[in-house]
Amino acid sequence: MDTPQKLSRKDFVSDQEVRWCPGCGDYAILAAMQRTLPELGATRENTVFVSGIGCSSRFPYYMNTYGFHTIHGRAPAVATGVKLANPKLDVWMVTGDGDGLSIGGNHLLHVLRRNVDLQILLFNNRIYGLTKGQYSPTSLVGAKTPSTPMGSLDMPLNPCQFALGANARFVARGIDTSTTTLSELFTAAYRHRGTSFVEILQNCPVFNDGCWDGVTMRDVAAENQLWVEHGKPLLFGKDKNRGLRLAAGASHVEVITIGVDGMTEADVAVHDQTNRTLAFLLAHLAPSSTSPAEGGFPMAFGVLYCDPMPSYDATVTTQNSDAVAKLGQGDIDKLLRSGHTWKVE
Amino acid sequence: MDTPVRPKDADGREILDSVVIRFAGDSGDGMQLAGMQFAQTTAVAGNDLATFPDFPAEIRAPAGTTFGVSGFQIHFASHDVLTPGDDPDVLVAMNPAALKVNLRDLPKGGLVILNTGAFTPGNLKKAGYTKNPLEDGTLDPYRKLEIDVSKLVIAAVEPHGLGTKDALRAKNLWTLGLLYWLFGRDRAPTVDWLRRKFAKRPDLAEANIAALNAGHVYGETAELPTGIASYKILKADLPKGHYRNITGNEALAWGLAAASRLADLPLLYGSYPITPASSVLHSLAGLKHYGVTTFQAEDEIAAICSAIGAAYAGIIGVTATSGPGMALKGEALGLAIMTELPLIILDVQRAGPSTGMPTKTEQSDLFQAVWGRNGDSPLVVLAPAKPGECFAFAIEAVRIALKYMTPVIVLSDGYIANGAEPWTIPSFADLPKIEVKFRQDPEGFQPYLRDPETLARNWAKPGTPGLEHRIGGIEKNFDSGHISYDPDNHHKMTLTRAAKIQGIANDLPEQTVDCGEDHGDLVVVGWGSTYGTLQQAVRRARERGLAVSHVHIRHMWPMPRNLKSLLSNFKRILVPELNNGQLVRILRAEYLLPAEPLDKISGMPFRIVEIEQAIRDALAKN
Ligand code: SF4
Repeated sequence: MDTPQKLSRKDFVSDQEVRWCPGCGDYAILAAMQRTLPELGATRENTVFVSGIGCSSRFPYYMNTYGFHTIHGRAPAVATGVKLANPKLDVWMVTGDGDGLSIGGNHLLHVLRRNVDLQILLFNNRIYGLTKGQYSPTSLVGAKTPSTPMGSLDMPLNPCQFALGANARFVARGIDTSTTTLSELFTAAYRHRGTSFVEILQNCPVFNDGCWDGVTMRDVAAENQLWVEHGKPLLFGKDKNRGLRLAAGASHVEVITIGVDGMTEADVAVHDQTNRTLAFLLAHLAPSSTSPAEGGFPMAFGVLYCDPMPSYDATVTTQNSDAVAKLGQGDIDKLLRSGHTWKVE
Repeated sequence: MDTPVRPKDADGREILDSVVIRFAGDSGDGMQLAGMQFAQTTAVAGNDLATFPDFPAEIRAPAGTTFGVSGFQIHFASHDVLTPGDDPDVLVAMNPAALKVNLRDLPKGGLVILNTGAFTPGNLKKAGYTKNPLEDGTLDPYRKLEIDVSKLVIAAVEPHGLGTKDALRAKNLWTLGLLYWLFGRDRAPTVDWLRRKFAKRPDLAEANIAALNAGHVYGETAELPTGIASYKILKADLPKGHYRNITGNEALAWGLAAASRLADLPLLYGSYPITPASSVLHSLAGLKHYGVTTFQAEDEIAAICSAIGAAYAGIIGVTATSGPGMALKGEALGLAIMTELPLIILDVQRAGPSTGMPTKTEQSDLFQAVWGRNGDSPLVVLAPAKPGECFAFAIEAVRIALKYMTPVIVLSDGYIANGAEPWTIPSFADLPKIEVKFRQDPEGFQPYLRDPETLARNWAKPGTPGLEHRIGGIEKNFDSGHISYDPDNHHKMTLTRAAKIQGIANDLPEQTVDCGEDHGDLVVVGWGSTYGTLQQAVRRARERGLAVSHVHIRHMWPMPRNLKSLLSNFKRILVPELNNGQLVRILRAEYLLPAEPLDKISGMPFRIVEIEQAIRDALAKN
């Protein structure tokens, strides 16, 4: 047997010219992926990227792996078919806030609840890029766009909460430019068997520039980003002296500062990634700059929730092999002669 | 069966050539079950047969109403049977509504069997009768067997401890028992079936068997009114072979399982429940040990997309639906055409547009199948003509899809899907193997490399080292397979996709004449489920010396390469269809042939007499 050659980032770069706008957040995500896959020991031939339609969905063309750029919103269904046909493949799905939550909302809901073993990356730039800047299901109320000149009226959706609501077993959030942490999130998503959902805040400099500045800019990052880690206290801030405390009854969280009002680190909640209620609370948090309606909190990043269950494709495979074990390998002649038959001599 | 003097057999049974029975009752009365059992037993008795179930879309429409009436017609004979028959010889009416809906189809002198126990004032009113038809002379032109089945069945199952409500549910079996006696059928197959069905409730099995036997005994002992005898239908002279009854949907499911084995590839069946296609999903869901995976998707779009994903990953991808679902699958079909992936789509047509009449049959998806997508998006369309043919066509669809890397639509319809006919069981060893070629060699590979003969692109499945590639719905460069917006390239690729599909005609059988000469005064051209009716009508016309032929098209797209020259040999071309003129327009558009339509859009199949009349009318114009 050949010893597999150690692959490098370059091995995952395709020969296609990248066609995103200069400065687009997608570049950083792509680079992080190309760097991470060799580290994971992934092979080109067993890796498949499936996408829908939109800027983010061009992603597969730039990966030197198998890739399928499908139709708007339907990538979860295509990816499910790929995985059911060959559960040994590593299947990644790339989607956006429009592709995944608007036209493909139904499919995203169902792939998550089924827990098909896929890594789903949802690039959230709160806008339709490819169709030139209309508001999306994650745009803020009041977003002025070509289709909403007087401001949009509908309430935005929170992707991580959507995923949790659909019973996803792995939900994480990252930032396009925080490439080291992206790499860690990709690794965790890859290792989790079942659907791994990763929302990535992504800047669209052309149609929605700065939409995440309120959390991503260097001067606000420390106060407005809460990086969660399983078993560690939920601390944030420049001096890591601010934290989240679960209010009595665990119905909501509040921000406390250690040393103020007699608060100590013991008052800070510890992240438990298997706690769905906590994950819901964390997914909801945001600073006023990005979510005026909620406001006043840091946004939570990292693995918000991870509590594995057997994946759909694995249970399908088991059921199929159970059928063979119980009934024997199907025999077409027997099938055609089952039930009432008769002979004409 | 109204000839007065008929030959009798040794037991004194009158010998008949052919009989049409229609079972009619409330949708809760178990008429479909009684009909199916009669069909099974009749097949075992050696008659040829055809069936036509006709039921309402509501699972349990309000009891006693005319729109809740469920019917099952069976035509069986000692000669070959092509259709379920135009009009019944025998009408079984379990309640007033069933009588009201069906009596108009019973010819004068026909036999009507009635459950008088259901002719209560309440039921009469619900059926819209102001006077009791049992008493007002309505039934005078017919031969009648008026029996209080309700009362007799309660008495028959009483010893088995069933309450009145449960006892009444066995009415259909009591009636079946009587019909078994009248037509000399063996009860054993139904008895066996009941024991299997109620294996866990032997009490129910025995109660139902008691009802069946009681009906039979009633026939043996009761004095039948004048004009009603017991009958015998001799065995049909069927070709030698091993037979079974099969419905179109069963045949599709089994054909797919067989195709998967013939290609030695697993199969993924992605589907969303829809009438009348769902039973294919049910059948395949029970065939997991045949290498079949079924996936009940969240909607029609996900269903076809999962099948496309499976095809991309290198196995057989299949989806099935009916008209409204076809409309939803349109965009994904375009993706399969653009990415040139093998895909099988079963469209079990029903009356449309929109929700239309879900349980009623129609042939109105032909345009949708051939042309119903954005862009110039050709694919292959096949149409089996009979339930049994669905088996071979499922295999043929898989063969074409894999060989030419293309979606293939199989157009069935509600009539074929639910109708049953005796079918010669093939031997798996005799079925042609399906050759599958996966690309392995990275040398010179690009995803759109084509076989120079078939124009099929090479199939490179994920997992194969060195063949990593990206495909999608965007136009591709003919030479490199990369994304291309080049105008000339798009023109070339569009023509290539069309040429690939048209070229398949060279791999298909030439069109033959199903009945008659290859030239003459008139050709009746049909497709799909109208086969039996057209065949019978043309045979009758030919018996009267008319120069009429029947041509039935099964390869709807591309069409058989000799079709134009064949049809040009006739003075007139008549195209009967259960739609508002679709095949007729395709024939006119493609071949500039003066084809004339004969359309019926009632959700019901053609009657033979309607075709015979149309043949006479067409010839009169010559
Ligand atoms: S439109 Fe926005 S999201 Fe799309 S490529 Fe350009 S910058 Fe990126």
